[in-house]
Amino acid sequence: MKILVCISKTPDTTAKIAFTEGNTKFDENGVQWIINPYDEWYALVKAIELKEKDASTIIHLVTVGLADAEPIIRKALALGGDEAIRVNSNSNDSFYVAKQIATIAKEGSYELIFTGKETIDYNSASIGSMLSAILDFPFVSLANQLDLNGNTATVRREIEGGEETCEVNLPLVISCQKGMAEQRIPNMRGIMAARTKPLKVVEPIETIARTSIKKFESPLAKSGVKLVDPTNMDELVKLLKEEAKVI
Amino acid sequence: MVLVYIDQADQQIKKSSLEAMSYGAALAKQLGCDVTALILGTVQNNLADLGKHGAQKVYHLKNESLNSLDVKLHSTLIATAAKNANATVVVFAHNINGKAIAPAVAVKLEAGIVTGASSLPNTENGFVVTKTVFSGKAFASIQIETAIKVIAINQNSFGLVDYDTSATIEEINISVPAPSIKITKVDKIEGEIPLTEANLVVSGGRGLKGPEHWNILLDLAKALGASTACSRPVSDSDWRPHHEHVGQTGIQIAPNLYIAIGISGAIQHLAGVNRSKTIVVINKDPEAPFFKAADYGVVGDAFEVVPALTSAILKMKSTA
Repeated sequence: MKILVCISKTPDTTAKIAFTEGNTKFDENGVQWIINPYDEWYALVKAIELKEKDASTIIHLVTVGLADAEPIIRKALALGGDEAIRVNSNSNDSFYVAKQIATIAKEGSYELIFTGKETIDYNSASIGSMLSAILDFPFVSLANQLDLNGNTATVRREIEGGEETCEVNLPLVISCQKGMAEQRIPNMRGIMAARTKPLKVVEPIETIARTSIKKFESPLAKSGVKLVDPTNMDELVKLLKEEAKVI
Repeated sequence: MVLVYIDQADQQIKKSSLEAMSYGAALAKQLGCDVTALILGTVQNNLADLGKHGAQKVYHLKNESLNSLDVKLHSTLIATAAKNANATVVVFAHNINGKAIAPAVAVKLEAGIVTGASSLPNTENGFVVTKTVFSGKAFASIQIETAIKVIAINQNSFGLVDYDTSATIEEINISVPAPSIKITKVDKIEGEIPLTEANLVVSGGRGLKGPEHWNILLDLAKALGASTACSRPVSDSDWRPHHEHVGQTGIQIAPNLYIAIGISGAIQHLAGVNRSKTIVVINKDPEAPFFKAADYGVVGDAFEVVPALTSAILKMKSTA
């Protein structure tokens, strides 16, 4: 079994979100970078769990990013995974990124491709779906359980108003969310081993981006909280009904 | 023309799809072109009623095998229908189905895509769509560079628009390929409105001290007809099920009213709820950061304030 896990570098969940260069670029000043939580906690750890069950499993990690993404990839390798590939580009067009990963996926003949359900920076939730279309693989989104039996995957996924279990033949693209695996932290042995694991850098294949970011904006600040006396809930109900008009 | 994909769950058209329909109709008006809805599978709704939200025509591929989500199948059929109709923009709801299908359709149409759109595009100079980024902490304006465009519109961000028209229905025939997945078990959460579709949400945090105290929150939700949610520590401690976890790493929601009880308002939690139209915070700690993001605040003991609020709501409803 060969698994490809897509890893994205994102700002830490507590990072201050600010912009620079006339609001056209994310302000990286003082930002701590992390592995996108969905990629790490669910996609990567699930791949590691599968390898723990079947030692012949090979896990490769892929990221599309510049050299500054390498600490993140090393951290991912410290958790697990056999080797990593970095496509040397900093595009933020989903199709451009998916096209790069699909090229790696084709060359490596992976049977399972894992992504997180979305990244916490651009929240596009697009890469898994796009990979499935480019590779012509089935796609199961929002998976929270996965069992493998030979060439068949049994996947539990979230649907509108509930969950469902489905059977799909490999090769397959899966986007992972909470429930898929238990979050772990790298141990010292993993951190030492990660230093010598192969990290291959490849140049991107030529692809034309289909979107470009023109500018960023911060949401309008709330005008200030109106405090209501805790012994006067009739007043709060009146405000919600007559002023906010939400009930 | 603008093609709007109308998705369904349990053979019912979702509210988020009606919002997408309203959005697509407004976009068609802006572009000066026609708007058509596309629906796959069999539904119990009267399809002509899609006209009430702006559809002029409804393409219907009536085939029961399309009632549950199969991204490979659905994206192939939607892309084919879009090509046959010469659609220039394809609109989806950014809900569970739309998130899964829209990017694959964009690939098949060689279209640029913006998911999580928050408003109509600016078409004065190019085609620029604004979307939420950083889990609701900011917006990005994104230019789509391709001839065909795909947009997935955020739930609860473009309201329903009512029109006084009826749509004509055209059954279409596209050969349906074999399914790529087999559904073996379905577990519905009965009787609850999915959080992402809820207009009113009551949410609890660690301040409620344990799952045995949730009844005061559930009573309030019942009085309001609201859905229930919780913070991450609450779902991590298994006080409440994971599907109730709202926040940056849970579900992001944008209801009309969000009532937060005993939630301090960590930045990760705010990221999941700050698109709510009105936020009420009930917390005994006046320094709780959530008050800064709230419209209305009550500094007090949840165990006294929440039952009092429930009574006040029931009183208002009984006299209304």
